[in-house]
Amino acid sequence: MKQFISFVKKEFHHIWRDKRTLFILLGMPIMQILIFGFALTNEVKNSQIAIFDQSNDAATQALRTELDASRYFDVVQDIHSYPEIEAAFKKGAIKLAVIFPENFANDLDHFNTAQVQLIADASDPNVANTLTNYATSIILDYQDRITNNRRLPYTIKAEMRMLYNPQLKGAYSFVPGVMAMVLMLVCTLMTAITIVREKELGTMEIMLVSPMRPFKIVAAKAVPYLLLSIVNITSILLLSVFVLDVPINGSLLLLIFEGILFTLTCLAFGLLISTKTDSQQTAMFIALTGMFLPTIMLSGFMFPIENMPLPLRVISNIVPAKWFYYIVKEVMIKGLGIGAVWKETLILTGMLLFLLVLSIRNFKIRLA
Amino acid sequence: MTTNNTAIQAEALTKRFGDFTAVDAISFEVKKGEIFGFLGANGAGKTTAMRMLCGLSIPTSGKASVAGFDVYKQTEQIKRSIGYMSQKFSLYEDLTVRENIRFYAGIYGKSDAFIKEKTAFLLRELHLEGEANKLVRSLPLGWKQKLAFSVAIFHEPEIVFLDEPTGGVDPVTRREFWNMIYKAAESGITIFVTTHYMDEAEYCNRVSIMVDGRIDALDTPAQLKKTFEARSMDEVFLKLARKAKRSGD
Repeated sequence: MKQFISFVKKEFHHIWRDKRTLFILLGMPIMQILIFGFALTNEVKNSQIAIFDQSNDAATQALRTELDASRYFDVVQDIHSYPEIEAAFKKGAIKLAVIFPENFANDLDHFNTAQVQLIADASDPNVANTLTNYATSIILDYQDRITNNRRLPYTIKAEMRMLYNPQLKGAYSFVPGVMAMVLMLVCTLMTAITIVREKELGTMEIMLVSPMRPFKIVAAKAVPYLLLSIVNITSILLLSVFVLDVPINGSLLLLIFEGILFTLTCLAFGLLISTKTDSQQTAMFIALTGMFLPTIMLSGFMFPIENMPLPLRVISNIVPAKWFYYIVKEVMIKGLGIGAVWKETLILTGMLLFLLVLSIRNFKIRLA
Repeated sequence: MTTNNTAIQAEALTKRFGDFTAVDAISFEVKKGEIFGFLGANGAGKTTAMRMLCGLSIPTSGKASVAGFDVYKQTEQIKRSIGYMSQKFSLYEDLTVRENIRFYAGIYGKSDAFIKEKTAFLLRELHLEGEANKLVRSLPLGWKQKLAFSVAIFHEPEIVFLDEPTGGVDPVTRREFWNMIYKAAESGITIFVTTHYMDEAEYCNRVSIMVDGRIDALDTPAQLKKTFEARSMDEVFLKLARKAKRSGD
């Protein structure tokens, strides 16, 4: 035990001396949460739009007010000819143009149908899509209100309810994603690098010649990063609850338990990398391509797995982050208990054991 | 077989990697308190032999005991009884002198009282009291080397293995370093040292020279020079190494 403690102390000295890395390790989750929370959001607010109103009647005035009043749009320009529309788009002054033809209210009154044209800047397709959807739903709302006065014979109304995330906030999906990413980075990358560094320095040799058992060496290496990860999990959760208003609907204890399980899996992977490589560069390269990229691409955090071709869907199953991401979403956002995620938890545990056995075996082979 | 006066004993010790025989049935004996030079060209099998004696590698065949413990079954006891220092000096540059000492003493499971007392003694001995809380990074190479040696024998091992301990160090510092080795040997520690410098071979009590995995010569430096009709150890080494069929790595 004494050996173990002096080893852990030494590891903390290393981490503490390297202030820059420490700052990155602790600051990264905070930065990422804030960047994702405030900058990289799919929500579109206060988009600048122009209106080309050729009718200028009660109905178009009402629609204009509705659009301007919503938090998605600001009417910044009134347009009086088609060439002006193109000019405004080219200048980048507007993202959407709404065009009412002549006799809009008149058509609506007499023919029960009127047309409105939406022109969006699709150089960013996602934004264009979102904007036209918002505008359409505002227009439909208006239509609903006026048809209430004169009953139509048949109407089907779809009523939507967004469960678990009624405001459709992006934060609900990226908080679990950032958590997976940060833990992966801290644990896999850092363990791999710190063990390989000892090999490069020649200090690993001294350790192996000492009576300290290899298993203890590895465990002592892992302890500081496990603690760092717990600090990171805590700061991510605090930020998401108090800054981004993402609630923790499920059990906090379960969430932390799953976080530690995932952390250990990452540590074991880092250990495996370190047994296979002899230079810090190689270790870093393998950790980044082998773990970090799949975590971003195949965990379902950035791109929905359901839409991927079959081979990628199959491969995504061996990415630990996929399961962790799923668990965190179920527990944190949906508020489900262990009953709902025991299968995923078991899969993660299996991965942890597999990686541990594999890396400890490799560690021993190197000694013989 | 192992008498009380023997630190290391090897009998037909062999290590094969597939078809390649890295160490070919070497036999030798190192007495307690002796400074034993373990010479050989690169690739002659020195490191492999040393790894077997340190308990890092299991021999393919043959017998060997270190500090009275069997290299097959008692590697744990061996590790407890030996010290080890390599060419890289193996100190942590981002730790202070004191932290390095405490760490290495710690992994040998020494008590706090022992560490405290001996650290103070060691710092005085090395004239490093003023630098105790400075990072090792800031020390000159020669001091790092002396510190590394002191750390390797801090836990008072019976035998210390030195793997090319003077690589890259200037002649004056090397001389000082050898004074430390003599002092350690006088206190009863057996020194097992590999080196490339033939003038250093002259400082050893006895020297073995490995060629192609075998020990081709083993005697006192004076006797070796007589046997090979050479004026210096350098000449002895060259005469033997020329026969080597394996190229260095």
